Amino acid sequence: MFDAIIIGGGVIGAMCARELTAYRLKVAVAEAADDVCAGASKANSGIVHAGFDAPCGSKKAKFNVEGNRRMEQVCKELGVRYENNGSLVVAHGAEEEQKLRELYERGLENGVTGLQILDKTALARLEENLAEDVTSGLYAPTGGIVCPFQLTIAAIGNAMDNGAQLFPSFAVCAAKRTESGWQIAAKDGRVLEGKVVLNCAGYGSAQVARLFGDASFEIRARKGEYMLLDKSCKGFVRHTVFGLPTAAGKGVLVSPTADGNILVGPTSVEEDTYDTSVRREGFDQIREKADAMLKNIPYREVITSFAGVRAYSSRHDFIIGESEYAEGLFHAAGIESPGLTASPAIGRYLAEAVADRLHAKKNAEFHPERKSAEWFRQLSREAQNEIIRKESAYGRIVCRCEEVTLGEILQALRQNPRAHTIDGVKLRTRAGMGRCQGGFCQPSVFNLLMKEYGYRAEEVTKNGGKSFVITGGEI
Amino acid sequence: MERDLVIIGGGPAGLAAAVAAYDAGVHDVLVIEREAKPGGVLKQCIHNGFGLTRFKESMTGPEYAARFVKETQARGIEIMTNTFVVDLTADKTVTCRNESGIFTVRAKAVILAMGCRERSKGALNIAGTRPAGLFSAGTAQKFVNVYGLLPGKRVVILGSGDIGLIMARRLTLEGAKVECVCEIMPHSSGLRRNIAQCLDDFGIPLYLEHTVTEIHGKERVEGVTIMRVDEQKQPVEGTERYVPCDTVLFSVGLIPENELTKRAGIALDPRTKGAFVDGSRETQAEGIFACGNVLHVHDLVDFVSEEAEIAGIGAAEYIRGGQRAKEYVPAAAGENVTYVLPQRVDASAQRVQKIYFRVRSVMRNAVIKVQAGAYEKRIRKPAVAPGEMEHILLPAGVCGGVKEVRIDVLAAEE
Ligand SMILES: Cc1cc2nc3c(=O)[nH]c(=O)nc-3n(C[C@H](O)[C@H](O)[C@H](O)COP(=O)(O)OP(=O)(O)OC[C@H]3O[C@@H](n4cnc5c(N)ncnc54)[C@H](O)[C@@H]3O)c2cc1C
Repeated sequence: MFDAIIIGGGVIGAMCARELTAYRLKVAVAEAADDVCAGASKANSGIVHAGFDAPCGSKKAKFNVEGNRRMEQVCKELGVRYENNGSLVVAHGAEEEQKLRELYERGLENGVTGLQILDKTALARLEENLAEDVTSGLYAPTGGIVCPFQLTIAAIGNAMDNGAQLFPSFAVCAAKRTESGWQIAAKDGRVLEGKVVLNCAGYGSAQVARLFGDASFEIRARKGEYMLLDKSCKGFVRHTVFGLPTAAGKGVLVSPTADGNILVGPTSVEEDTYDTSVRREGFDQIREKADAMLKNIPYREVITSFAGVRAYSSRHDFIIGESEYAEGLFHAAGIESPGLTASPAIGRYLAEAVADRLHAKKNAEFHPERKSAEWFRQLSREAQNEIIRKESAYGRIVCRCEEVTLGEILQALRQNPRAHTIDGVKLRTRAGMGRCQGGFCQPSVFNLLMKEYGYRAEEVTKNGGKSFVITGGEI
Repeated sequence: MERDLVIIGGGPAGLAAAVAAYDAGVHDVLVIEREAKPGGVLKQCIHNGFGLTRFKESMTGPEYAARFVKETQARGIEIMTNTFVVDLTADKTVTCRNESGIFTVRAKAVILAMGCRERSKGALNIAGTRPAGLFSAGTAQKFVNVYGLLPGKRVVILGSGDIGLIMARRLTLEGAKVECVCEIMPHSSGLRRNIAQCLDDFGIPLYLEHTVTEIHGKERVEGVTIMRVDEQKQPVEGTERYVPCDTVLFSVGLIPENELTKRAGIALDPRTKGAFVDGSRETQAEGIFACGNVLHVHDLVDFVSEEAEIAGIGAAEYIRGGQRAKEYVPAAAGENVTYVLPQRVDASAQRVQKIYFRVRSVMRNAVIKVQAGAYEKRIRKPAVAPGEMEHILLPAGVCGGVKEVRIDVLAAEE
């Protein structure tokens, strides 16, 4: 019997889990996929939004601004890459400048600090590759970038280190009331019981709500496609550069990522299903919008393209708090952008609500820090040599492009939550995320997975399910 | 650590350069290799056809590599394996990482021989999903030849580079069905002999001016859409065809691995994607030489070895005699020539200089015209193709005072 069961191992579920383990509560995380970070938290812009975009008085605005304030500290505790690079919204001509001013006013009202409208000369001092016809811009010094998968994985890992239990491949398909709370069941018949349940199921959150008898909202899908440029383009932009937001979202942006690449995208396409395929016309749309903001974008350096799905609610705001229809079910649904930014604040808010309900006390043993996936590379050369002398695996490079060592991969295979797929290793260590896209290291990672888990070759998957890497058998 | 000559990369280029430098009188040579064994990509190329040009015999990749490893061993040349070079500076300081730690080696001369990597599928912006079953041809080759595992049973290959062609045959021999090879260009980028021996002999269709426009399948690939392309390489509406498959191989080009070269601030030629070099394969950084696929992508290892020897001798001369004043003359790519290498020759060189080049398009009855001031030479060729590197020999003493050496490939007059 758990005190709290979280459905969904995305960044929202992860932050809820972590904050809940700060109380004396028994926490479970049920995730449908084979690994955590399988949904929107895996494929998004990775921007820590300042908070000037969300409508005044909305939950989006409140949790965005608060999440932004807490992000740096959370990343420090979890050892996650974060950079406070600042963001810019650029305008072309008088009409757009009017909108920029509205954005500025909204930001002030939302409590965003440091906002400034800059003229062309001042902008040029910040970014040298802006398009010629950009006339002015809104500068938000509190904008930042974070590695979204590291954040999600580290938060769940930290929750697990503090006692939370992860149930991967647990797709919740039924819920029933018990005397003390809820029992949820997976497709394969496994059940979990908890006093309260947190619905952090992203695109699946409306469906989950229905299992509990709450049909009060719907979730729709809006896809966003991206192109990722090689690290050799580092410095092309330093700030996150946006065009003016529209009804469909914040529009295309060009930004450095926390890991040192340049990201261009996303598009905005309404879809009937959860679909992460990319379209040819998507690339044209991205280029058209991006070229209006920046000149000479080095598209030749594209190393991959991908898409993420925004799961937005029919209410067009975050749905956060206890269900009006199912007692003991707490929603964090409709968490589209700025959900990543808001996640530390949403996690804390819901954990407090749950702790309050269950009269839980603070957990004195809670340890907010986690051994970073980055700890080794952040050491000085002398300190690295010290480690290599003791653990030679840190002297062996497996991924050439990202210079990931065997030691770092072994850590990813053994640290909570353990990686057991090719993509799992990639998200945790960046092995395979560089310019050759795993061409060199995939066979090595494949081998390490076999060794670590005793898999047969035909059992190793790219990302769980039937995504087998080898289907032709042994020769 | 201080060494006379450090060679980065223990593939065919690095090994041949080491032997040549040794024989030219520099014995303090260190070859640094990131993998567990020297030999580079040849280790996984178990097909034959290596050495035909150079040794007049047909060897497998491992056999060809073994021959050079033996030569290094006979000379007592040190090959440091499992060692990854993480940094290089223009003053020839090489930073390495291996299981004994991170350390630097200061060298009198450096030869870059890091080879190349495959252009990834990611760079192509193909529409569709990103399931399992998408492999670079070389990665698939490693799974088959080194691990003994067959990636899939029904295969589409995009790109007709040599590795893709070789893999088409290899997978077929292992029982997979290769549905087709799609090539976006009107000609293959692979060797003619590979098209004959790897595709034609097995009845595998090669679709020129075709590309994969969409990948289907959620967990594992289920099929691809292929389309014909027009002259601008844009897919032609109405030519869509769905080909079911469980595996897609990408053989869409090789890129010289010049990350270290860039770190050292050495200028790269946008056409070859390798360093600008002179006749002795010296880069624009004094005492740093380059050879093999890191310099430009070769189609035959025989030429890699040959080029490596030029670099090895050049480095040895530099170490023994210091920088000699060179009188540079640019080498220009003329009509129907994509690039020439070296990009500049040394007019004061006392020996024949070999200039490699690639043609832009397939041509029958071609004439290669070499011109340097008053010197002119015409060489007839029954056929030339972009997939097959050509070369000319420039005699010593012909470029004194000339503005440039120029190579054109013209149609022969009947
Ligand atoms: C294109 C795009 C760009 C974005 N850019 C930004 C940005 O720059 N900054 C920002 O702050 N935010 C951004 N966001 C928003 C942010 O990514 C999301 O708000 C956040 O990732 C949502 O996290 P989540 O945990 O709610 O959802 P998810 O990450 O989707 O996680 C939900 C999880 O629930 C699991 N699940 C679903 N149903 C069930 C079930 N029945 N049983 C068990 N498990 C289930 C899923 O498998 C999934 O792992 C962007 C989003 C997108 C799509």
